[in-house]
Amino acid sequence: MAVNDYIRQRFFPHLWCSGCGHGIVLNGLIRSVEKLGMSRNEMVMVSGIGCSSRISGYMDFHTLHTIHGRALAFATGVKLSKPELNVIVPMGDGDALSIGGNHFIHAARRNIDITAIVMNNRIYGMTGGQYSPLSGPGVMATTAPYSNIDQGFDVVEMAKAAGATFVARTTAYHVQQMADIIRAAILHEGFSVVEVMSQCPTYFGRKNKQGGAVEMMKRMKESTTPIGSKAKAEHPELIERGIFVQTDKPEYCSEYDRIIERAMGGV
Amino acid sequence: MERCRMVFSGSGGQGVITAAIILAEAAVLHEELTAVQTQAYGAAARGGATRADVIISDVPINFPKVIQPNVLVCLTQEAYNKFYDIIRPGGLMITDTRYVQPQLKVDAVQRQLPLYETVMDKIGKPIVFNICMLGAVVGLTQLVRPESIMKTLEQRIPSGFIEMNRQALELGLEMGQGVK
Amino acid sequence: MTRQIKFIQGNEACVEGALYAGLDFFAGYPITPSTEIAEHLSRRLPQQGGKFIQMEDEIASMCAIIGASLTGKKVLTATSGPGFSLKQEALGYAVMAEIPCVIVNVQRGGPSTGVPTHVSQGDVMQARWGTHGDHSIVALTASNHQDVFAMTVEAFNIAETYRTPVILLFDEVVGHMRERLEIPEKGEIPLVERLRTAVQGGVDYHPYLPREDGRLPMSDFGDVHRYNVTGLVHDMWGFPSDNPKIVHGLLRHLVDKIENNASQMAHYKTFYLEDAETVLLSFGSAARSALHVVEHLRPRGEKIGLLELQTLWPFPADVVQQYCNSARTTVVVEMNMGQVCQMVKTTVRHPERVFLANRIDGVFITDADIRNVLRLIEGKGV
Repeated sequence: MAVNDYIRQRFFPHLWCSGCGHGIVLNGLIRSVEKLGMSRNEMVMVSGIGCSSRISGYMDFHTLHTIHGRALAFATGVKLSKPELNVIVPMGDGDALSIGGNHFIHAARRNIDITAIVMNNRIYGMTGGQYSPLSGPGVMATTAPYSNIDQGFDVVEMAKAAGATFVARTTAYHVQQMADIIRAAILHEGFSVVEVMSQCPTYFGRKNKQGGAVEMMKRMKESTTPIGSKAKAEHPELIERGIFVQTDKPEYCSEYDRIIERAMGGV
Repeated sequence: MERCRMVFSGSGGQGVITAAIILAEAAVLHEELTAVQTQAYGAAARGGATRADVIISDVPINFPKVIQPNVLVCLTQEAYNKFYDIIRPGGLMITDTRYVQPQLKVDAVQRQLPLYETVMDKIGKPIVFNICMLGAVVGLTQLVRPESIMKTLEQRIPSGFIEMNRQALELGLEMGQGVK
Repeated sequence: MTRQIKFIQGNEACVEGALYAGLDFFAGYPITPSTEIAEHLSRRLPQQGGKFIQMEDEIASMCAIIGASLTGKKVLTATSGPGFSLKQEALGYAVMAEIPCVIVNVQRGGPSTGVPTHVSQGDVMQARWGTHGDHSIVALTASNHQDVFAMTVEAFNIAETYRTPVILLFDEVVGHMRERLEIPEKGEIPLVERLRTAVQGGVDYHPYLPREDGRLPMSDFGDVHRYNVTGLVHDMWGFPSDNPKIVHGLLRHLVDKIENNASQMAHYKTFYLEDAETVLLSFGSAARSALHVVEHLRPRGEKIGLLELQTLWPFPADVVQQYCNSARTTVVVEMNMGQVCQMVKTTVRHPERVFLANRIDGVFITDADIRNVLRLIEGKGV
């Protein structure tokens, strides 16, 4: 199927600011689904609230645009009640790890077969540039006019610790890698987390004097490196990209099928 | 029949709630009587004296709680101290001789029975203390037939434990009937 | 035909009703006094191929059942006061997105943690207005296990008929007490199944375009129709819109579909009302005490009766007017500060003849409490 067939063209142009990284994530997502050749009827996209969450409206899947932070809880209901569906949950940093942090760790703990894509721009865009739990200290935001003192989460470490069986990181600059990683994440049976570092030139860039989209993307290129690279050894401050975890563990819906067997009198 | 309101009290683990449920279930499922059973839950049920209420009647029961029981069973001193004065004047008070030292100011027929001692002497398992108590209640009140209690027990507990429960029920019945 | 007879708790009667109605999916979080519903369903649902999940919190439970409903399942969650507060945002989502689901609130004392876990009926207004924004809601209640069963089945039927969340507002006394339940044979109570669209794949399906009879056929996630579901104001395709005409039309639709059908949803019972000069109006477990009083006073020649409401929302104003307008005195018996009493006062012709007999101390209201109020009204003192 052509790439265009996966989107709802009548809703374009999209609502994201020019230079926003989220459109690139949309692109990467479509390309990975296209490569997988999955039927649109078996794809469900569940999102919460925020700039990133609007991605669901543009995809021609079954789309469920929910309330702030709770997308993974809705998605758990969809997936467990109909496990044959492929469920993808795009989230922003606030959605995933602030208001929705509890659902994030528990979905990971259960290892339910859902693909969570955390579009991390380290800022609350929809509400106008407040700091997020991924901003980190020193960041300027409309609610941190003297600079942020909150420590930030590391999405990858958090997902690993919570039990996610697929954990990866990429950026809006690395479009090829992004599509490959998302594809692998969708194929993975279990809870998969893909952190996509994304740029918000409108708020994060401006507040933190990081320039426009191009400068911010260049920064992503320069501040990241493939997992285990020589560069990382020489420059420990570099952020690693790639697949950190890819393991087999019992998946929640499959395990529940065994509960049903047991309850029905099987072994 | 006269509506019978009962309170079984004791401490957690003695099985007074289970006994209340078994009695009420026997009345409903095997005697075509009406029964309602209630108890305290959650934080209110932690520690201290446990209490279970049962009402048995042959007409619908609207008010489900027991305010003044016709029959009050107290299996510990704490339960006795807490509940002795709620008994309906002229009601029946059953206490266990080992655990409860009753006062004489209560306006009720007082029956002090060696329930625990007998269970330990004859069966040696405290787990059926509550069924022995239930036997005494049934022996004294004739509210339901002992067979109905046994049928209920057979549906609720593993077959390996039925005999022990039957024995405990009979011990209680004998004690109850003996002091009528 | 032999109906199965059980001696069980009200919470289990609710479970039996839900399974009878065709429940497929339950998500919940333990809270006294509703926990037995989750415990029983964790055992019973998988026995028939259904799914049970204990979620990480109350909010997640409400969200999960909405997700499951969209795949075509009949869904339930159960909670009590504090949990009901937490579920309100997602409950509003179900109102806005028109998702059939049933929420049990076995009421306990509040506000906040309150008196765990003694009885209360203080969530009547929260059921009506707990979630933000203009909307209507359906809330049913019951005073005994047979009615708990029947109202639970009815809750699923209403949820499917009107594509709406339905609240079952039970209370600690009914939830926890054990009494007899006779389970009706299959088919004795009609069940409403999900109305699915007849529109074929490839033809435009409008998930939010009501048919002529007002009903909105659904399409399951995973079927041929891919549409959008959102908590934003949306058009007939389910896509966000802030067009004032669409905003106005949708809000009106959400309220009208409930309020215009209030008479179909009005469930109630009457006892000795034919010649009653004093009407006790009650609901839930409090109605048991009220009936106790009526049956005590009738043989003494007092013209007293009971109107027991089983539908609390949409408020059955016609029914209340019919029985209370001509009464000399109406006494609303409830375990709160007068939440239904206020509604009755705004409904009847003579609000000055409406009185409240209540109890708010966590103790189940007694016949003596009600009789004292009757004496006070008559000027007899207590």
